[in-house]
Amino acid sequence: MTGSMPTYLGMPSFPEAAREAVGDTLLRRNLAHATGTIRARRAEAVAELPDWERLRGSARQIKDHTLAHLGHYLRLLEERVTGAGGTVHWAADAAEANAIVAALVEATGETEVVKVKSMATQEIGLNEALAEAGITAYETDLAELIVQLGDDRPSHILVPAIHRNRAEIRDIFRRAMPDAPAGLSDSPAELAEAARRHLRAKFLSARVAVSGANFAVAETGTLVVLESEGNGRMCLTLPRTLITVMGIEKLVPTFADLEVFLQLLPRSSTAERMNPYTSMWTGATEGQDFHLVLLDNGRTDVLADEVGRQALRCIRCSACLNVCPVYERAGGHAYGSPYPGPIGAILSPQLRGVGSKVDASLPYASTLCGACFEACPVAIDIPEVLVELRARAVESARHPLTDAAMAAAGWTLRSPARLALAQRAAGRFRRLTPRRLPGPLRAWTDTRDIPRPPPESFRAWWERTDGGRRP
Amino acid sequence: MRIALFVTCVNDTLYPGTGRAVVRLLRRLGHEVDFPAAQTCCGQMHFNTGYRADAAPLARRFADTFDDYEAVVVPSGSCAAMIRDWYPTLGVEPPTGVYELSEFLVDVLGVTDVGAYFPHTVTYHPTCHSLRMLKVGDRPLRLLRAVRGIDLVELPGAEECCGFGGTFALKNADVSAAMGADKVAAVRRTGAEVLCAADNSCLAHIGGALTRRRAGVRALHLAEILAATEGDAR
Repeated sequence: MTGSMPTYLGMPSFPEAAREAVGDTLLRRNLAHATGTIRARRAEAVAELPDWERLRGSARQIKDHTLAHLGHYLRLLEERVTGAGGTVHWAADAAEANAIVAALVEATGETEVVKVKSMATQEIGLNEALAEAGITAYETDLAELIVQLGDDRPSHILVPAIHRNRAEIRDIFRRAMPDAPAGLSDSPAELAEAARRHLRAKFLSARVAVSGANFAVAETGTLVVLESEGNGRMCLTLPRTLITVMGIEKLVPTFADLEVFLQLLPRSSTAERMNPYTSMWTGATEGQDFHLVLLDNGRTDVLADEVGRQALRCIRCSACLNVCPVYERAGGHAYGSPYPGPIGAILSPQLRGVGSKVDASLPYASTLCGACFEACPVAIDIPEVLVELRARAVESARHPLTDAAMAAAGWTLRSPARLALAQRAAGRFRRLTPRRLPGPLRAWTDTRDIPRPPPESFRAWWERTDGGRRP
Repeated sequence: MRIALFVTCVNDTLYPGTGRAVVRLLRRLGHEVDFPAAQTCCGQMHFNTGYRADAAPLARRFADTFDDYEAVVVPSGSCAAMIRDWYPTLGVEPPTGVYELSEFLVDVLGVTDVGAYFPHTVTYHPTCHSLRMLKVGDRPLRLLRAVRGIDLVELPGAEECCGFGGTFALKNADVSAAMGADKVAAVRRTGAEVLCAADNSCLAHIGGALTRRRAGVRALHLAEILAATEGDAR
């Protein structure tokens, strides 16, 4: 079953959205500064570990093994969570997951929930679904709060408000945070303090929390959340009811497997040696109700795909975003999904199909430079999946202009004689080479000169001079 | 050793000087090189754009043409990577002994000083597929450092993609141009007169942006610098 994820209404194709982003000087500056900083810090943090490549190899192996036996480990997890007093729910798609969560909240009689930063709940559009059921969800991760108060969209997996700078954040707080202090400045300390006071009130009054999960340990039924602020810890511990929505690929078989990921994830995502707040819980704590919603939403389809399934190894560290030169210039919104950047370019079209303009354009949103693959802590060969998705796009639909151009090029290149003929023609008319090319080729000459064809191709030179042995 | 030159379709058609430089360089080092005329293109453009049915016959043609050689020298990192890394995906076994130029010189011939003379300020852009697929490392730089007269200056952010990306340059022209602009700015900061790389398609992109700006920097393939001697006018 293909998953559903909110494709933002009227979302243009990647190149169209990126054109606007490229022209936004403030956005370019914010992104270049933020990604440049984290890129350098990640490189240092990774260089500290002499066994980094072996850790990557182990992570890949653990994930591949788990995915190959996913049914077994999911059943084991269900058994262990249930045994520890939790309740497990299975959701085939976004609509099912949202309905389960809404019903669970309604059963408590509450109309407000606090949220721990979670990609899975963004993927299914939970906040919007809860709002329709009359339930208000409050994001408690600082960056997620900035996005929510700004009526904005996240543009980064780890730092959803990466496209905003301090001055913009101050303006958002002043505008949308009812209890923002008068005369709030844009100093990080003041902004954090304002958010802390605002959120503290929510933590103390909330009786239901919704979280995602970074990992779940099958053998023990333990759920794991990594975060940097401690706000997640408060959501996970203070409210009476905890509902966790987790993609079915987040499993690891044993507690010992966490050792590998707890080294890889912090260094890859925040460039930290150790994660600041790592919360683990098994089943329901005394006095608390715990519900685990296991979400498919297209994942079993991805799992069935021999090339694409490696995307399910992803641990949402966002290292690929931070090293991606395309992401740095296009920004996260251009990807039209909660999953931006290189991982989004392979995940979104796989999870929700290529029916929309933006999803169809995502496999092409890369130069195939390979920086993402190099940085990925679980060794997802993103360029390989991109090229595979491109091949499927070509097989499944007509693209009149590109099809014709590729067919013509293919026909010419299948024969040395035809290639030589084309080269002679280009050489003969070289003085007529236009400065500006027509049609789609204008995209090249708008910003770059084109090389003028030489009077004689290499093969013509070789033939005429016997490889330079005759003058 | 039977050495063949796979010049690549881009060099054959637009940059024959690069092919001639490889021939001259190898001959100077005492090696004759064949140019099998049946060669055309490795199929990279078709493959990377998703047109595998068009890429496959080109891959088979390459394998048939070069199967009998002990070494095939390719003056393009991305074409060499296409052949070695992606041909199996098309069901084509790549001939053994396909080398990007700097790999061939350093690993097979075991030379870093090729006797070149090039009295210019040069900066080197490593190109993504040489760097991350072939993993040529510092081989090109070792070759350049041994060139007499050269003033080699470091390119800031050298490992970042220039934004060419084959058909990406057309399909995502705005992002491509933005990346190119940043690469051009980095090149100009070095004060270099020559931008060197081992892939003319990346150089067409950066070089095309440099000349459009009348930047006073020319793009030149690694082979052409390594082939240059004191007898050359340039």
